[in-house]
Amino acid sequence: MRKWNYPDILKRMSLLATVAFVLSGCTGSSLLDPKGPIGAEQKYLIMTSFFLMLIVVIPVIIMTLLFAWRYNYIKNAKYSPNWSHSNKIEVVVWAIPLAIVLILGILTWRSTHALDPHRVPESDREPIVVQVMAMDWKWLFIYPEQGIASVNELAFPVDTPIEFRVTSNSVMNSFFIPQLGSQIYAMAGMENTVHLLASEEGTYHGMSANYSGHGFSGMHFQALATSDEGFQQWVDSVRQSSETLQQDSFNELAEPSRNNPVEYFSSVTPGLYTDIVNSYITSGDSSHHGAEE
Amino acid sequence: MFGKLSIEAVPYHEPIVMVVLAVAAVMGLAVVAAITYFKKWGYLWKEWITSVDHKRLGVMYIIVAIIMLIRGFSDAIMMRSQQAIASGGAQGYLPPEHYDQIFTAHGVIMIFFMAMPFMVGLMNIAVPLQIGARDVAFPFLNSLSFWLTVAGVILVNVSLGVGEFAATGWLAYPPLSDIQYSPGVGVDYWIWSLQISGIGTLLTGVNFFVTILKMRAPGMTLMKMPMFTWTALCTNVLIITAFPILTVTIALLTLDRYIGTHFFTNDMGGNQMMYVNLIWAWGHPEVYILVLPAFGIFAEVVATYCKKRLFGYTSMVYATVAITVLSFIVWLHHFFTMGAGANVNSFFGIATMIIAIPTGVKIFNWLFTMYEGRVQFTVPMAWTLGFLITFTIGGMTGVLLAVPGADYVLHNSLFLIAHFHNVIIGGVVFGYLAGFTYWFPKVFGFKLDEKLGKASAWCWIVGFFTAFMPLYALGFMGMTRRLNSYDNPDWHFPLIVAAIGAAIIACGIACQLLQLFVSIKNRHQNIDETGDPWGGRTLEWSIPSPAPFYNFAHTPVVEERDAFWDMKEKGISEQKPAEYQDIHMPKNTSAGFFIGIIASVFGFALIWHIWWLAIVSAIGIFVTMVLRTFNDDIDYYVPAAEVERIESQRYQKLSNQA
Amino acid sequence: MSTQSMTNQDAHAHGHEHDDHEHHDPVATKVFGFWIYIMSDCVLFASIFATYAVLGTNYAGGPTSHELFELPFVLVETFVLLASSFMIGLATLAMNKGNKQGTMLWLALTLVLGAVFVGLEIYEFHHFISEGAGPQRSAFLSSFFTLVGTHGLHVTSGVIWAIILLIQIATKGLNDMNRSRLMCLSLFWHFLHIIWICVFTIVYLMGVI
Repeated sequence: MRKWNYPDILKRMSLLATVAFVLSGCTGSSLLDPKGPIGAEQKYLIMTSFFLMLIVVIPVIIMTLLFAWRYNYIKNAKYSPNWSHSNKIEVVVWAIPLAIVLILGILTWRSTHALDPHRVPESDREPIVVQVMAMDWKWLFIYPEQGIASVNELAFPVDTPIEFRVTSNSVMNSFFIPQLGSQIYAMAGMENTVHLLASEEGTYHGMSANYSGHGFSGMHFQALATSDEGFQQWVDSVRQSSETLQQDSFNELAEPSRNNPVEYFSSVTPGLYTDIVNSYITSGDSSHHGAEE
Repeated sequence: MFGKLSIEAVPYHEPIVMVVLAVAAVMGLAVVAAITYFKKWGYLWKEWITSVDHKRLGVMYIIVAIIMLIRGFSDAIMMRSQQAIASGGAQGYLPPEHYDQIFTAHGVIMIFFMAMPFMVGLMNIAVPLQIGARDVAFPFLNSLSFWLTVAGVILVNVSLGVGEFAATGWLAYPPLSDIQYSPGVGVDYWIWSLQISGIGTLLTGVNFFVTILKMRAPGMTLMKMPMFTWTALCTNVLIITAFPILTVTIALLTLDRYIGTHFFTNDMGGNQMMYVNLIWAWGHPEVYILVLPAFGIFAEVVATYCKKRLFGYTSMVYATVAITVLSFIVWLHHFFTMGAGANVNSFFGIATMIIAIPTGVKIFNWLFTMYEGRVQFTVPMAWTLGFLITFTIGGMTGVLLAVPGADYVLHNSLFLIAHFHNVIIGGVVFGYLAGFTYWFPKVFGFKLDEKLGKASAWCWIVGFFTAFMPLYALGFMGMTRRLNSYDNPDWHFPLIVAAIGAAIIACGIACQLLQLFVSIKNRHQNIDETGDPWGGRTLEWSIPSPAPFYNFAHTPVVEERDAFWDMKEKGISEQKPAEYQDIHMPKNTSAGFFIGIIASVFGFALIWHIWWLAIVSAIGIFVTMVLRTFNDDIDYYVPAAEVERIESQRYQKLSNQA
Repeated sequence: MSTQSMTNQDAHAHGHEHDDHEHHDPVATKVFGFWIYIMSDCVLFASIFATYAVLGTNYAGGPTSHELFELPFVLVETFVLLASSFMIGLATLAMNKGNKQGTMLWLALTLVLGAVFVGLEIYEFHHFISEGAGPQRSAFLSSFFTLVGTHGLHVTSGVIWAIILLIQIATKGLNDMNRSRLMCLSLFWHFLHIIWICVFTIVYLMGVI
């Protein structure tokens, strides 16, 4: 059989892949360029776990190539056809993954509690509540404290914890602003919460991360992280709108639409959001709050 | 009369679909014409369609898998090209209504109708031979399982030309898949193709579990079973325990859609989260159903081509069993973002990571099998080396996704897509293709072309990295899955690279098909006279190639772990037995074929609400089953003289060679 | 269920004592295979029980379990099924003694009682639906009808199986094939009885407490 240059090229290829993988992390793409403490912690978590696992992955790749090259049958290297057991090696191959998983496990336990979407991020400012509703196929944001609402555009002041109360008026979606961190499912008849905080002003891309039908691709929005004044201006400009949101206009809005433009509603019927959530629950005794707890 | 079915159901206004249908029709007609011209209908019926021989069924399973691989891969090419085009305001060539069906069909086909039949096919071919059995425990049931799988395949393909397929994603989460949001027949096609083929898979699971536990050759204790048989055993345990959950989940969705119950609806107390829990309680074990046999294949391949005993057999067995058990307590990691508390999420995250330990051990065991061995760079070995590197990376990204905090941002992103293609292509597909090449001579009596096999391996490995490394990057760039178009210009370039990768994989598939063609054409040069072309270690290599229909003229007696290697060492592998005995064999039957075909009619009738036809076909299935139980003429004996005649041909060949 | 290929040893017994396939006893293999099928059926019921556990109190403003269930009626159903389980036990005993007539008699009684049970269940379902408590009314009722109905469907298929087996025993006697079929049917029947005990406890008893 012809000698093979297989391992060489494979090695080069995997190197290339690794480089591409790491490079993709350095080019200002969104998850790796977080704009808030939650996103930052998640980036750190990803990087830490990644490097921890390289402790196993790199030796495995090297050993694969090395053993394949060293024990190529044409090489007449040492041959032990019946050698199939070694307590030492067995201990090592069980112990190393075990140790790494142990460390990762501790990291997981801590980070999962620290990054729990229900947890309010530390801040000396009061959280702002935004009620988020996934609709076919757009996002409705209701500001109960300001009494306004908007479609496919979200604004909030920086350095302020935002409590998103997320539900759906149709199928399952997932509310996600990658640069700020955690996403959460939006499900009808239920209210999920996720707390986010932006520490830098800017416009961030938001979207649904769970496929929800034919208009799904157009179901994205801009999240404007502004100064306090900027936020106030935004609220004022929403209040200028001639549109208001009550049951009638809500029903109209609930009709499926694709690539829905930004819309503002200068006022919202109080309790509208809760009414919609409750409308899916025709009896008080069903356990619909949150998920799986 | 025809329920919801009308001429409007045929998508004649969609040129892409119509061209595909036309090509399929022409190819189908050509095949029919060829069979008629060569007068092969009788042969096909007697030797294949009604066959209960596990090797023939295995071959048919794999043919189905390869056809569906091409179908599923065409979907992949369409998705990759759509995303490479539809950037920055461009809408591409596939509207969402079509695109959404394509990604759904791609997932469903690749998992249920490519990977599953491929896995079951390899199991059919290898397991009875490895344990020294003449057939599986229930040969008729085996044929029935196959034809039920075919029924599912028929329904999925009919959906292309009559009506539509589901546009819900491959797991059809409600409420999107409920009648309110998906009123068409797409989800019904999904339901019935999965339900019918799923029952076939469940029967396969029972059948092979019993086969492995009850039909082993004397002396083959559990801890002397070949590694592939071990992994097949664990896979069948998983099938028996996981597939009923799928049956129930789909049945409840069916009730929601057909009679208006409220299991998963938004209102009236329905609970969509329960569907997600149930479907993943099946779905996660399903991943291991697919990958465990691939692990088994790698174990056989590494030991054979390194001319060395498998390192750490006992460890490997315990690792496999550990994975089997653990696979049932990790399902929640598929939806960390549903809003469960931190304790629940951490528990499932850590449970998932624990699976990495036995998997890691397996990887090291394969590596130490190569250590101080004689590594032959054959095609199966090329797949194995490609696997070791690819799968390790996939495992790493899997553990990363198991950290809930990381999953909160990576969930449903292209990072996830890259991860599971990394383990499914790198693990499952590479494994099955290695097994395909490895056992091919045992079934057909000649080896596959080496050059084209290696070319295929190269294209797949290079293509995989080109297609999916950009997807990892896109995940970090915040791109979610299932997007039909997007306006972020940064995503465009990686998606073009990914499309090129898909094209390279296409070359790999082309090489594979060409390899089959060339190998059949040059089969006389690659004939395997000895029955042991690779210097094998397990019992399947102790019999002639192609394996005679009764497999073993004499039931072998097993003393050691690598039974055939042991016989060769003791010099008793080529001993001609003193005398032969009559062999008891099951007779062929058409019952499985008819039940399968009627089942597909049954499914079609239910999809289109043609109630009378559904009732008629249900009665048809029932009557066929009952008639079968009244038939006592189901077996026969091969006379000893006939066995002797077949066997002496082989000894003649062996002595000619010597 | 009883359609697997297996050795018809009666027909081929002579001259094959040394058949090397012998160490695989086909009857034992078949019964073992049926056991495994029952295990998977167990998982099937477990999934439906889990569904009921999640949805069982989601009344959605409709009737509750306290309002619907009548324990005395269900108790009658339970005793009918219990009696039929006893009958199939007697059928198996008769079979082991080689008593064809006895086997057929007890098997016939089993299937009659099974049919009565199914009839009672249909009556109960009809009663609920006519009161406006059909499976479409609430998630609780959806899961109730599905759980109890799945069990009922299993009993129905057991009844049909018993009818076919009666014909087979009548025409072909107690041969190995029919013996293994009766053993499988009896396993199936006892299994359904155990499932019914769970239904009775979890659905009906806990539903009214």
